[in-house]
Amino acid sequence: MFDYNLSHLDQLEAEAIFILRETAAQFENPGLLFSAGKDSIVMAHISRKAFYPARIPFPLVHVDTGHNFPETIEFRDAYADKIGARLYVGMVQDSIDQGTAVEETGPNASRNKLQTVTLLETIEEQQYDAVLGGGRRDEEKARAKERFFSHRNDFGEWDPKNQRPELWNLFNGRKQPGEHFRIFPLSNFTEMDVWMYMHQEGIELPSLYYAHERETVTRNGVILAVSEFVQPREGELVETKVIRFRTMGDATITGAVESSANTMEKIIEEVAAARQTERGNRADDKRSETAMEDRKKEGYF
Amino acid sequence: MDLLRFTTAGSVDDGKSTLIGRLLYDSKSIFEDQLEAIKESSRKKGDENMNLALLTDGLKAEREQGITIDVAYRYFATPKRKFIIADTPGHIQYTRNMVTGASTANLAIVLIDARKGVIEQTKRHSFIANLLRIQHVVVAVNKMDLVDYSQDVYDKIIADYKSFASRLDNIVDIRPIPISALNGDNIVNRSENMPWYEGASLLYHLENVYVGGDENHVQARFPVQWVIRPQSDKFHDFRGFAGRVSGGVFKPGDAVRIMPSGFSTTIDKIYQDKKELAEAFAPQSVVMTLNDEIDISRGDMLVKDNNAPHLGQDIEAMICWFSTVNLNPRSKFVIRHTTREAKAIVSELRYKMDINTLRKNEDVSSLTLNEIGRVKLHTASPLFYDSYNKNRHTGSFILIDPGTNETVAAGMIL
Repeated sequence: MFDYNLSHLDQLEAEAIFILRETAAQFENPGLLFSAGKDSIVMAHISRKAFYPARIPFPLVHVDTGHNFPETIEFRDAYADKIGARLYVGMVQDSIDQGTAVEETGPNASRNKLQTVTLLETIEEQQYDAVLGGGRRDEEKARAKERFFSHRNDFGEWDPKNQRPELWNLFNGRKQPGEHFRIFPLSNFTEMDVWMYMHQEGIELPSLYYAHERETVTRNGVILAVSEFVQPREGELVETKVIRFRTMGDATITGAVESSANTMEKIIEEVAAARQTERGNRADDKRSETAMEDRKKEGYF
Repeated sequence: MDLLRFTTAGSVDDGKSTLIGRLLYDSKSIFEDQLEAIKESSRKKGDENMNLALLTDGLKAEREQGITIDVAYRYFATPKRKFIIADTPGHIQYTRNMVTGASTANLAIVLIDARKGVIEQTKRHSFIANLLRIQHVVVAVNKMDLVDYSQDVYDKIIADYKSFASRLDNIVDIRPIPISALNGDNIVNRSENMPWYEGASLLYHLENVYVGGDENHVQARFPVQWVIRPQSDKFHDFRGFAGRVSGGVFKPGDAVRIMPSGFSTTIDKIYQDKKELAEAFAPQSVVMTLNDEIDISRGDMLVKDNNAPHLGQDIEAMICWFSTVNLNPRSKFVIRHTTREAKAIVSELRYKMDINTLRKNEDVSSLTLNEIGRVKLHTASPLFYDSYNKNRHTGSFILIDPGTNETVAAGMIL
């Protein structure tokens, strides 16, 4: 008897490819959310593999808060160009200008919540009936229960208590007009799997993921990079630290970790030894115990 | 490193959450900030001890009510294997969640409270594991510390279990292990409290149980998912058929038949991205090119002549009913099977199973939420199928209510 075993990474990739192809087949107008964060880069990479030698049959979609690091935006544009994908950018600033989103005020204001407004506006305007995202079930406890094919009503809301059962490899993407689906092909990856997969595939990442020197302030226990969006407040000390980012969110809320890991191998070692989840330093999740579930119900990713 | 998917089922008080918490904790899969968050919310609720169930109960409603209402997926890894746990509630009203969790699992952990022995819930879990063709079952007799680590108690429970399980044909590998999830006995290391037990610890077993034979590598099945036509200058004439191998082994040069058209041709190349493969097997996602131009689209299937699947419009199956609206005979649905969809009607409801007693009830006119029964289906166009016991991918289907678009049943072809 031959040994027909696949490594866990190959099994996870085969599953993600299957789901990407199901999305292309079951929906008329899908879009792939692309923020130039590592999970979305993995999504774009697997999509390219799933449809090779044809191009990815859906556009990359970025909801841009206007508070991104410049390195992120440069990487985004260059990557879309390299794989020959269409790129659509929805600007949170446009929603604010139209009055559909209202900028938060106060010391901890962020545009994180406003992304939901712009995302839903983008979905409506571009008539996406499925939006692919790189969300994983290990990220957060509400996500642990979300389906691969996650239904949204015509207000973009998620109903966690009334999800369609999902069995075997059979995905039900049927919907009424106006409804859409959020689809998560990387659901079964963990943070460690994503890093190991990127290493196996030789995937390039924005420089922010690797250790570099930067001016920082420490605010509520979170290390933030000093930038045009984050200026030191009175009494805050600006320190030059060697840091890297574990996730790619807004400059206003994405905390850095002190680290000297400047290669993927070193980052993998660090992830293996880490005692904090990668979202552990995202201020948006710290607002309440069910912060993620509450935002997801409203239509957040 | 390979992958093992397993399912657990149980209620709060049989120690399931403690067991999962223990596996995650001992494999260092719980992070400090998660532990902090759990301690904090345990404290808010007035629990003195850290309540590990809070780690698995993710939704607000569950945390408020202290119950698990949905399937939650958990992950941990050791240097040997990555594990995916489908953690499901054990109460009869959540049968649909148990079925969902079991559908993708290679192994089931059936938890028995050493003080209570084999109870209805034990039988229910085992019946569902068998129905969903989980071939490997670990019978974890938990709370051994509360029965003084008694071998007699354990032996009696295992004898009871085996006599009941002898009727469950699909379970080929039953592994009993006496444990205490709370104290860590026989979880990672062999317990010193039970020198009479000579088997492996739970984690050792999970790391080493052989599940490679669970896929069907004999009967070749390739449901076409998507046709790749680049229409670029470089790949002008390229027509590739994308899909996931659902059985057997395909190699370039192999003769294949296309269902339903019946045309035969040979495989030219098999691609995985830019790489050409010498062979493809389940569960790989690949692209195949063929040596003849044949009209093939999504929902068609590539098979081999010597062991083709059944082709037909009348199908006998066991189904689990998921909807609050009852199944009535003559109801019409959409059936989704492999990458194919068709209209279907339940032409007969033969019996329903009492999953606590394993008795069949033939005097039946409908199925209600969480009930399991045997039906005959008639489809508007033919399906290419195998019995579920031969192939999980080509033997399974779901029924969708065309009015609400809800998934209302899961089916296993007999």
